Amino acid sequence: MLHRHRVLVPILTAAALLSAACGGESGSAGDTGAARSSGSVDLTGAGATFPYPLYSKWFADYANQTGVRINYQSIGSGGGIRQLSEQTVDFGATDSPMTDEELARAKGGPILHIPTVLGAVVIAYNLPEVTQPIKLTGPVLADIYRGQITKWNDPRIAQLNAGVTLPPTDVLVVHRSDGSGTTYIFSDYLAAVSPEWAAAPGRGKELKWPVGLGAKGNEGVSAQVKQLPGAIGYTELAYARQNQLPVASIQNKSGNFVAPNAESVTAAAAGAMGKLGADSDYRISVVNADGANAYPISSFTWLIVYQNQPDQVKGQKLEDFLKWALTAGQQSAAALDYAPLPPELARQLAGRVENLAGGTTP
Amino acid sequence: MTDHAAPGAADERGTGSAPAIEGAAVGDRIYRGAITVFAICIPLLLLLIAIEVGIAAWPALREFGFGFLSSSTWDPVEGNFGAGPAIAGTLITSVIALLIATPLALGAAIFISEFAPAWLRTPVAFVMDLLAAIPSVVYGLWGIFVLVPILRTHIMPFLADTLGLGRFGLFSGPAYGNSVLAAGLILAVMVLPYITAVAREVLLAVPRSQREAALALGATRWEMISGAVLPYAKVGILGGVILGLGRALGETMAVTMVIGNRHDFTTSLFAPGYTMASLIANEFTEATKDIHLSALMAVGFVLFVITLIVNAIARWLVWRVSRGQGA
Repeated sequence: MLHRHRVLVPILTAAALLSAACGGESGSAGDTGAARSSGSVDLTGAGATFPYPLYSKWFADYANQTGVRINYQSIGSGGGIRQLSEQTVDFGATDSPMTDEELARAKGGPILHIPTVLGAVVIAYNLPEVTQPIKLTGPVLADIYRGQITKWNDPRIAQLNAGVTLPPTDVLVVHRSDGSGTTYIFSDYLAAVSPEWAAAPGRGKELKWPVGLGAKGNEGVSAQVKQLPGAIGYTELAYARQNQLPVASIQNKSGNFVAPNAESVTAAAAGAMGKLGADSDYRISVVNADGANAYPISSFTWLIVYQNQPDQVKGQKLEDFLKWALTAGQQSAAALDYAPLPPELARQLAGRVENLAGGTTP
Repeated sequence: MTDHAAPGAADERGTGSAPAIEGAAVGDRIYRGAITVFAICIPLLLLLIAIEVGIAAWPALREFGFGFLSSSTWDPVEGNFGAGPAIAGTLITSVIALLIATPLALGAAIFISEFAPAWLRTPVAFVMDLLAAIPSVVYGLWGIFVLVPILRTHIMPFLADTLGLGRFGLFSGPAYGNSVLAAGLILAVMVLPYITAVAREVLLAVPRSQREAALALGATRWEMISGAVLPYAKVGILGGVILGLGRALGETMAVTMVIGNRHDFTTSLFAPGYTMASLIANEFTEATKDIHLSALMAVGFVLFVITLIVNAIARWLVWRVSRGQGA
């Protein structure tokens, strides 16, 4: 036994020293980080990753202009909803509206949903031989993702793309493997246009996918589509742009094939505004919206706040920020591939967040 | 190598300080109390984690029972969960990783300890240790952009068509690239430095006298290594393999980026699969339903139990080997 110890002692000693060194390092880093942030942060928020690039720009710009510091952690919509419900953050952010059940469970009372910008989910594909953008309809897309259409030269795809020579190869379906607002928007659209999709797999941030490969994150899906000839995948607009992937034009409710861009996404929100009553809680879906130029796979992303703010000072700061986001903030959206709200809706919402600090019902 | 001095130094300190302790009874008792608390803290922590995870996992385990371990249904929309493919995927990818990494690591360790000239020894060992310092997300990116395309365009067609292995279930199906095989390969690269480092130190720690005795008996270099050095180092090398296995079972990021993330039982290494750790990492952030969260916790609990079982088996192996050695 003795020599066994001789062997293990140096290894264990080395391991212990190593872990002690690492522990020390990370501990001190954490300390300074905490000290830096706790000193000057005015508001804290947590939630969706999808609007994070825009939000981080907003918070930086807002801090420059007003001195109000906002700390936002992009931990995912689910985490944002949970933390707001537990009142550990001042505001949450989510890509899919809270359900009635979730609203009932929130500890701080009624919650307001404030749409901030819109995003689009685009259908990217990899067909090296095809040079012009392909066209797809919702039901065809649903059947591709249900595994019913398996070849690119399927008559149903060919019919939509007269004059385009489609290869006789397999359609390689790529989807997100991680839970994601992007998946929610995509499945919400497919469920709206295809009764079969609505029955199964249905709508959700994670699904039981009938076919395909799961890739992690928008970057994973775009990388996969870019590398795999014959692949089709859905990503946020910005990722398809950055990776220079071709994206499909999708047929909207009016029958037009529309390419995704900031204008066509804002048009979807404008089209959906007809559905909004004066007392709307803004938990609405804008997929498959009305409007000749509306891109059909569009969605709001929301900030969620308590209607009755427990802390007057924080409530006022939150109110001021939301008003800023709905006015000045809208102008920086398009540069980051998000679509600004229709101006009329932004005005309406700015009125809605009035009196957040006072705690009175608007 | 300062490590060589460590055991001797420890021994001296141990024997040298023994009489002094008898004199300082109070200090001794405080010291003894303090280190006892430290020692108890670690198993207590483990127990607390197990209990916490177990409690959080209970609703899902109660709802799905043993079916949770075998079912391949994972439907977050309907709230129906089974982790069978993820459990199988975790074990299969880890086994592939060890099958590939162990011989490589052992070869590298033998080269460094027995054959490499002294000036080459340190730089080669340093570069190998550096492999362990690469963050797993970097391995993942390398997997997506380098390994997976090479698998898809070269290795998979070679295995399936050129070698004609495609007829067998193990190498059949379309070559996506993202697959159980890709995950196993990337894990092999990741566990390699761990196994190599341990095996190297263990081999270097084999006393010179052991080697000299074998050589004096007329053994060739190879006979000396296989007959005198390796048996002496067997237990330590096995320990290194276990360390690698632990790393492989729990690896998350790199695996989820290349495995294809599919909830299916598969007999083909070319097919996409899933592992438990990547399942949790993928779905935890956006899991809002209670049963979904609980199911993910249950996956964590199963992973915990499997790691425990694997470690117990490994301990038992080490114990058997060291006893068989007659030490």
